[in-house]
Amino acid sequence: MVETAIELRSISKSFGPVQANREVSLTVAKGSIHGIIGENGAGKSTLMSILYGFYEADSGEILVRGAPVEIRNSHDAIEAGIGMVHQHFMLIDPFTVLENVMLGAESGPLLSESTRAARTELERLEREYGLYVPLDETVGDLPVGQQQRVEILKALYRGAEILILDEPTGVLTPQETDQLFEILKALKAQGVTVILITHKLREIMAITDQVSIMRGGEMVAHRDTAATNREELAELMVGRKVRLDLDKTPVAPKDAVLSADHLSYSDAKGIQRLADINFTVHAGEIVGIAGVSGNGQSELLEVLAGILPPSAGSVSLGPITATPENPGDPEQRRLNGIAHVPEDRHRLGLIGKFSAEETAILGYHNNPGYLSGPLIDRAAVRADCEKMMRDYDVRPPDPMLQSSKFSGGNQQKLILAREMEKNPDILLVGQPTRGVDIGAIEFIHQQIVAMRDAGSAVLLVSVELDEVMSLSDRIIVMCGGRIIGEVPAEEADARMLGLMMTGIPRDQARNADAGAQVDA
Amino acid sequence: MSNAPRITLPAWIDIGVIPVVNILMALVAAGAVILIIGEDPIQAVQVMIQGAVGYDEGIGYTLYYTTNFIFTGLAVSMAFHAGLFNIGGEGQAYFGGLGIGLAVLALDGGAPGFLIVPIAIAAGALFGAGWAFIPAYLQAYRGSHIVITTIMFNFIAAALMVYLLAGVMRESGNMSPETREFASVSFLPFMHEVFAWFGVTITRTPLNLSILWALLCCVFVYVFIWRTRWGYALRTVGQSERAAVYAGISPPRIVLMAMCLSGALAGFVGVNELLGVQHRLLLNFSAGYGFTGIAVALMGRNHPVGIVLASLLFGLLYQGGAELAFEMPTITKEMVVALQGLVILFSGALAYMSRPWVERLYLMARGGAERRAA
Amino acid sequence: MDDTFLLVVRTLDATLRVATPLIFCAMAGLYSERSGIVDIGLEGKMLAGAFAAATVAALTGSAWLALGAAVLISMSLALLHGFACITHRGDHVVSGVAINILVAGLTIVLGNAWFRQGGQTPSLPADARFMSMDFPGAEAMSEIPLIGQIYAELISGHNLLVYAGLAAVPLTAWVVYKTRFGLRLRAVGENPAAVDTAGISVVWLRYRAVMICGVLTGLAGTYLAIAQNAGFSRDMTAGQGYIALAALIFGKWRPWLAFGACLIFGLLDAVSIRMQGVELPGIGEVPVQAIQALPYVLTVVLLAGFIGKAVAPKAIGQPYVKER
Repeated sequence: MVETAIELRSISKSFGPVQANREVSLTVAKGSIHGIIGENGAGKSTLMSILYGFYEADSGEILVRGAPVEIRNSHDAIEAGIGMVHQHFMLIDPFTVLENVMLGAESGPLLSESTRAARTELERLEREYGLYVPLDETVGDLPVGQQQRVEILKALYRGAEILILDEPTGVLTPQETDQLFEILKALKAQGVTVILITHKLREIMAITDQVSIMRGGEMVAHRDTAATNREELAELMVGRKVRLDLDKTPVAPKDAVLSADHLSYSDAKGIQRLADINFTVHAGEIVGIAGVSGNGQSELLEVLAGILPPSAGSVSLGPITATPENPGDPEQRRLNGIAHVPEDRHRLGLIGKFSAEETAILGYHNNPGYLSGPLIDRAAVRADCEKMMRDYDVRPPDPMLQSSKFSGGNQQKLILAREMEKNPDILLVGQPTRGVDIGAIEFIHQQIVAMRDAGSAVLLVSVELDEVMSLSDRIIVMCGGRIIGEVPAEEADARMLGLMMTGIPRDQARNADAGAQVDA
Repeated sequence: MSNAPRITLPAWIDIGVIPVVNILMALVAAGAVILIIGEDPIQAVQVMIQGAVGYDEGIGYTLYYTTNFIFTGLAVSMAFHAGLFNIGGEGQAYFGGLGIGLAVLALDGGAPGFLIVPIAIAAGALFGAGWAFIPAYLQAYRGSHIVITTIMFNFIAAALMVYLLAGVMRESGNMSPETREFASVSFLPFMHEVFAWFGVTITRTPLNLSILWALLCCVFVYVFIWRTRWGYALRTVGQSERAAVYAGISPPRIVLMAMCLSGALAGFVGVNELLGVQHRLLLNFSAGYGFTGIAVALMGRNHPVGIVLASLLFGLLYQGGAELAFEMPTITKEMVVALQGLVILFSGALAYMSRPWVERLYLMARGGAERRAA
Repeated sequence: MDDTFLLVVRTLDATLRVATPLIFCAMAGLYSERSGIVDIGLEGKMLAGAFAAATVAALTGSAWLALGAAVLISMSLALLHGFACITHRGDHVVSGVAINILVAGLTIVLGNAWFRQGGQTPSLPADARFMSMDFPGAEAMSEIPLIGQIYAELISGHNLLVYAGLAAVPLTAWVVYKTRFGLRLRAVGENPAAVDTAGISVVWLRYRAVMICGVLTGLAGTYLAIAQNAGFSRDMTAGQGYIALAALIFGKWRPWLAFGACLIFGLLDAVSIRMQGVELPGIGEVPVQAIQALPYVLTVVLLAGFIGKAVAPKAIGQPYVKER
């Protein structure tokens, strides 16, 4: 009989009308690496937040090492030997690594003794698990991979025997991911139970012993990793056969629409985010930008869209050229044929408190069609919003409903409708399907391809490699704010792109490919 | 414990019931204060209502105070919609008065009334806007916090006015810090005069034509905020600066626009006070109206209709409070100031406190109704 | 030469006296704002403390009871602010403004009802106040130039609360940087979610911060009403709570820098009193009002970032919402 570390029985949790977890049960064996897989919004994070005491379940039972426990807050979870590495790190940026680890687990009311004790213990932990981090460095200055180690150290320092990692690889390069997996294996060898939450099949297959699959707030299946395969997991996750390939006609690029010429951008702190970017997008093609999140893709989109000014080089779009001296603005870009579906829907793309029809004119409120004199022509706006909702199947089709009350997929469809309906020369689109349900994903993909077929240019940024690969005609890979290389879609494979995303040029990536496979 | 509405209550509860509950809580707390100082709150309320609306003169005074509160309430709400908290209504009203005073003093030697009055009103708007412009500029382009800066500007305006009125602008031979009286061509007609033109006699009160201007401003603010593209841009900035930038709207420019409009509206207090009633520029004519505007805006939920209603309530409290101080000397007129604080507390900072109770009551009532129906 | 020196020493001495309430309030605001709670209500809490102190001193004749009452009242208001901002996630600025206006009205209403002197409290006798204390040998030392004069004029001869204000600065620095509480306080103002997941209660931590804030504003009020003055008069804080807030921001939310800013503002005030009626060469007599407005103007200039840039605690003013 295998010892159990954690058992969840019939956990339910709802947020208002949304049932995030329904009667979820789960058993995790001690000393194993247990994967929990599911799409965005399947309820994985909610479940783990309940286990860590961040949320309280509406009903259900939690057993740790066979004994029922009540976890009302993070303190109780820590007491029960549970540690968690959150998707968004729970770190205090201006504090040192040592201070971050110590916080909440100080040994006394004065810091001096706590610091001494913590240093000794951390040095021991670092040795034991091979988890080296500079203890006196300010956390905000560390690379992401190291910050994640701080989070793991925090959990271990608190005596965690069960470690939950929530989407730990989203911000890591493939190489950092491999290092993380080494650490997880070392933890397992020391008897630590690891729960890994992810939506990436590769990771599940690579490291877990067991895997549980969630869909729509429910636990749909449990498998031994060795006894399953990607195809089965994907089907369980989605609930039907997935079709990763789109029906696409061959590409027929025409005139250049948008080009970046030696484009650079430095942020307010003077850190260079984009360096010497050169590319051109033509009418009738989809150019995908691949890269690990945070490697300049977001800044590139925003510079092209006129939100950020270039610090060197230029962007050419039809008759206009944006330069550091004359950066232009988003309105000017729109007037010259750019449409922009932003990466961050909630903070840029819509205003939660505005009605759908008000969101439907965001960015276009100066369009003559929406105005009569200085006043907004409400009838025209209403009619247009109703048309968008019809054409893009936005549900419920109520122009007066608050934007925040629509589901993620419907919000995204409304934004796409707003931007695409203007028949732009070029559509900039960032993370088109982030937080969007599967039905809407297909629809959105089809719309983007239809747009290309109608002769518009499309520039797509996505952290989902599959999405970039299935939609794009050409793929540009970025790393560290630079373009590493360009690959025609038909020649691209995930392994090579993955290596390029770490900064290895294409020809070397191709050569290194064989070697890397042996290493892995 | 969450503030986010867990269930959707009917709109009439959110817009109607909860604000009233909040105000009632503020009134109950004020009643407790009256009890503490050994007076009878019920009697106090009676005196106040009697004093405010019990006779013609009282009503006139109530509406005269209401006029000021509409101006400052609109001023605060205009900034609120852009996501700005303008605590400087006090100084802006004061400065607007300075503009009006300067305009009239310069022109009333020969120019006709139909010229002086619009120019004076424009000068009030301009000076009010100007006094708001500097904090707005510093917020928009220098990153200083508008709350602190506008507070400082209230103090600076007060010092400046003392300097001007005690010195350079004072009428020679007059000991009190005020200018000479304006020429009568610049006076806005009192309402009792206006009514007299149509042969209707009403009691003489300070109520003057400004109240119509205040109501016009309400219409203007409503149309501007909810019907024009500038209002759309302003609300967008108030909700999310990043989304505004995405939409091609420049937040700094909107900050300047919103604050200047806000300051101009506050500056109109001088129209009512100086052109309408005092007919000279004098010290502290804006006494506290700017701060009351915060309570009015919060209570009126930043909507012109709500602001008119809240202004009426505060007009009633001001007039009733003055009467109260006369009838019950233990209660000074500052009781109204304390009440303002309580209204801001309950309608602003604690606006959501009553929601769970109201929610429960509503559900109980609905449950009861459903049971009866079944 | 000697006269000039004495003038400088006396001006610094006056600086200390006017800076004391600023120092208390700036330290008070530091605890609150470092925990993420904006405190624009320093003014109101100080005014309420002053009124409570003057009232209790007038009724009991005991300065210490007065101090206790002031602390109690200011702390209750701080808890009210906490209740609005922490428990009910209300807007911090709105809550602070509410407290300021409430107190401005209430002190006059209550004062008038209880003492019938138009909102003032009766003038207090010396033994109901905190009076200045002369250090041993101060009089003898005052004959000695420089060191003796500094000792007698600047160091000796203040009331207890001035020394308490001076002690509050190193104490605050120690608490904030050297203790567990301070570590958590700094953390919760930066990232409350991190503090929560570390197993610490965000709510209790922030409540403790605002309570300390209440105690210190109570001391500031006590100083105003029964140490610096001999009773309460309406609106006697006259914007000093806001100036203290400005000093805190100018001091980048750090104890010693904020202390320095308080001294600068205090010095300005002290100098302005001496400047009244003085003819300056080339300028003539500077109007009193200009000098009075100077601290406010300076604050505006400072905050406009013409001298350095202040970075606030990251989570300041944002309510902490655990469940979405």
